[in-house]
Amino acid sequence: MSDATPTPTATPERPQLPAQSPPVDPAETAVAGDKAASAGRLSWWRGDGGDGAKRNLGLIGVLAALIVVGAITKPDLYGDPNWVWNNVLAILQLASVVGVVTVGMTFVIIGGGIDLSVGAIVALAGVWCTTVATQSYGAAGMIFTALAVGICVGLVNGVLISYGRLVPFIATLAMLVAARGLAASISNKQTQVSSSTFINDIAARKVIGIPILVYILGAVVLAGWVVLNRTTFGRRTIAVGGNPEAARLAGINVRRHTMLLYALSGLCCGIAAIMLTSQATSAQAAMANLYELDAIAAAIIGGTLLSGGRGTIVGSLLGVIIFATITNLFAINGLSIEAQNMVKGGIIVAAVLVQQFQFKSVTRLLARNRVTTAT
Amino acid sequence: MALPEDDPATASAEAVAEAPLVEAPADTVAGEVVLRLTDLVKTFPGVRALDGVQLEVRAGEVHCLLGQNGAGKSTLIKVLSGVHQPDSGQVEWRGEPATFANPQAAMKAGIATIYQELDLVEDLSVAENAFLGHEYRSFGFVRRGRMARHTRQILSRLGHGEIPPGRMVRSLPAAGKQIVSMARALSHEARLIIMDEPSAVLAHDEVGNLFRIIRELTAQGIAVIYISHRLEEIREIGDRVTVLKDGRTTAANLPARDTPTRDLVSRMTGRTIEYVFPDRPSDDTAGADLLQVEGLTRAGEFADVSLNVRAGEIVGIAGLVGSGRSELLETIYGARLPEAGSVRMNGKVLRPGVGAAVRAGMGMAPEERKSQALLLGEPIYRNVTLATFGRYARLGFTNAAKERAEADRIAETLELRPRDVDRPVRTLSGGNQQKVVVGRWLLGGTKLLLLDEPTRGVDVGARAELYQVIRALAAQGVGVLLVSSEVPEVLGLSDRVLVMREGRVVREAAAGELDENTVLDLVMAGSLMEGAPA
Repeated sequence: MSDATPTPTATPERPQLPAQSPPVDPAETAVAGDKAASAGRLSWWRGDGGDGAKRNLGLIGVLAALIVVGAITKPDLYGDPNWVWNNVLAILQLASVVGVVTVGMTFVIIGGGIDLSVGAIVALAGVWCTTVATQSYGAAGMIFTALAVGICVGLVNGVLISYGRLVPFIATLAMLVAARGLAASISNKQTQVSSSTFINDIAARKVIGIPILVYILGAVVLAGWVVLNRTTFGRRTIAVGGNPEAARLAGINVRRHTMLLYALSGLCCGIAAIMLTSQATSAQAAMANLYELDAIAAAIIGGTLLSGGRGTIVGSLLGVIIFATITNLFAINGLSIEAQNMVKGGIIVAAVLVQQFQFKSVTRLLARNRVTTAT
Repeated sequence: MALPEDDPATASAEAVAEAPLVEAPADTVAGEVVLRLTDLVKTFPGVRALDGVQLEVRAGEVHCLLGQNGAGKSTLIKVLSGVHQPDSGQVEWRGEPATFANPQAAMKAGIATIYQELDLVEDLSVAENAFLGHEYRSFGFVRRGRMARHTRQILSRLGHGEIPPGRMVRSLPAAGKQIVSMARALSHEARLIIMDEPSAVLAHDEVGNLFRIIRELTAQGIAVIYISHRLEEIREIGDRVTVLKDGRTTAANLPARDTPTRDLVSRMTGRTIEYVFPDRPSDDTAGADLLQVEGLTRAGEFADVSLNVRAGEIVGIAGLVGSGRSELLETIYGARLPEAGSVRMNGKVLRPGVGAAVRAGMGMAPEERKSQALLLGEPIYRNVTLATFGRYARLGFTNAAKERAEADRIAETLELRPRDVDRPVRTLSGGNQQKVVVGRWLLGGTKLLLLDEPTRGVDVGARAELYQVIRALAAQGVGVLLVSSEVPEVLGLSDRVLVMREGRVVREAAAGELDENTVLDLVMAGSLMEGAPA
């Protein structure tokens, strides 16, 4: 381009496209100078973002408070390190199945959708993989079936929503009803016992003192974090949920991506179905009841914006663990499940209230930092 | 090349020519002072948004506020409308010191604000919007009949008695919505109406209507604070001008008609802009055909449009809102499906869809940058690389370090301020946001850039920078197809100009062969070259 550069007198401020440093007002340099230097910085673990990380600290605070409550109400139990370790594992195990579902749900919500059918998909996948016919193919056949059923049902959701242009709420509500119905008809409303020791061992066994279910949760969470923060798939998810029109005009295939998000959620449901079947050593059409509510609640407590475009996997995990800890706390103290549900409801509301407050303060902070921006 | 109004003589000549249209501005300017701001200061931590603003507004005048993005105009409006409270300084409202604790208080005092993004409830009727928050009611029931009558009265006062008070606001065009906003202001018995870039959402002929309404309002003694980036509007409608820069008043109460543009610009920017548009290359440097569009048609939007853009050439499309120009651009870009016709890049027919267009080397900066182009909460670098992050990725894993570095390079090239690519785009000014949108397509070998209103809401200084960038891109062999409502922009920036009216290309010529009046004639009435072949 150098040969086409006009005379400097005519265009004194023309930017050169391999850039040279142009003259800048001193006032502006003062603001931009120190920031500009940091533009290339990078930490490999970065990704969940500044305010996301702050919110997660708040969730850890809530968790700490719950533990303190536990320690006050049952000081004798909390004084025993062995018991505490086992209790932590029990909580994580309790959180594991819903946790896996929540990871998928988090992707769907960040992508601007919602999946009400996750509980039904878990049930359908669980039932399908424990039919006599499927069990005859052994553990590998059962696992394959559960995952395949999850992905396929998720794809149906995705196709209806992205190509059939159904509202996600409606499409997945219909799937919720339909998938449970199909599960009931496949199982003939019976409980199907799993005779595969491999499957049943998943929930029963520990490796280095930690239940296998917790490893699965850890693996899914880690994979979810990497996909959301380090891959093009994750970046597209945020773009599609944050501003679908901008994503489309930037050349992102919004429909295909939306479809894939529901398939991903279905895959997570398939994994959860195996875990849950293993826990109960059986499957039935009524299993995983209301998991959609637990998963949505956990994601929202974790700071995922229901309107899409923002959310973190770590936050969702913390949300699930907080719920499991509350259940655990109530169980230790011998309190009723009704009281538990009321407290959970309160926590959901409180979490969202706190989030709104935080969000406002964050945006206010940003507004204060604006310098060249007031218009 | 210089803008026509850069010459003070031309400017005053225009003013004289328009004088008969405006009734007795001298009288109205002599009205009592309704609003006086003295040494107004408003700080947010880290920034003095207002740093000593003086402003004096008289009853019955149109007082224009001029300033670049970031000069403090928005903050000033928010202080006046009760959204923010000043830290120090006096607000004198109708002769008495006043503070507005909240927007309701300001409205009650008689200050109404019409924001750029109109704050109407789309699914309520015209009357319900006009009286939103202070409905006529008795025993908890809304008195719809009385409200409708009063609304009709107000609308006819605005010269728009034809708008039915019961009509849903959603079904009104942008200009109609603006009139409803004004009706709301009048329903509050406003003595001062603040208009933040009211013409930005209007087509050319609608602006004339807006001005007529403003003149009627001021004739009734209502004061108007008018904010616009378009100097020609200020010349036409304004009585006096106050210029803000960096939160300070740099010039107060200049006569709107006679102050030379050069003076206004230099007070806004602190420098004199002599050449707004970059020079065209002296010889024809454009290369082979890059884009070929043939017979492109979408019913109700545009019909049988054929055009071509060569490498290194800037082609401008002039036309009004509604002439089909934005729709045409989106169709070329694959965001809308054509009903007939073809789009070819480098001789190859494009498959439908934006993805194919982007892969073929197209990039588009859409008209509405906030709703169509940006992820406002995401950092700058992710917005810059929104179309290209896949190219820096390996095996599906993104390369954030590379993206930041590339975005920073773009930020430096475009003189983005502040140049911190981790900052959310939300915190940037309009001009800088536009640079982010354009910057997106400087990455990854874009061959053809489609620009839809690239300088809307962008201040004079940033505009000049954007023009330079666009011309520099063309010099590198990028083809540019530009759409703008501002005829001088199309003429000044383009090599070749197409004029669109009612979905058809009515004239194609080298930019040098057309002047503003010819284009305006073509664009509006078409009296000169009715049906001329493209």
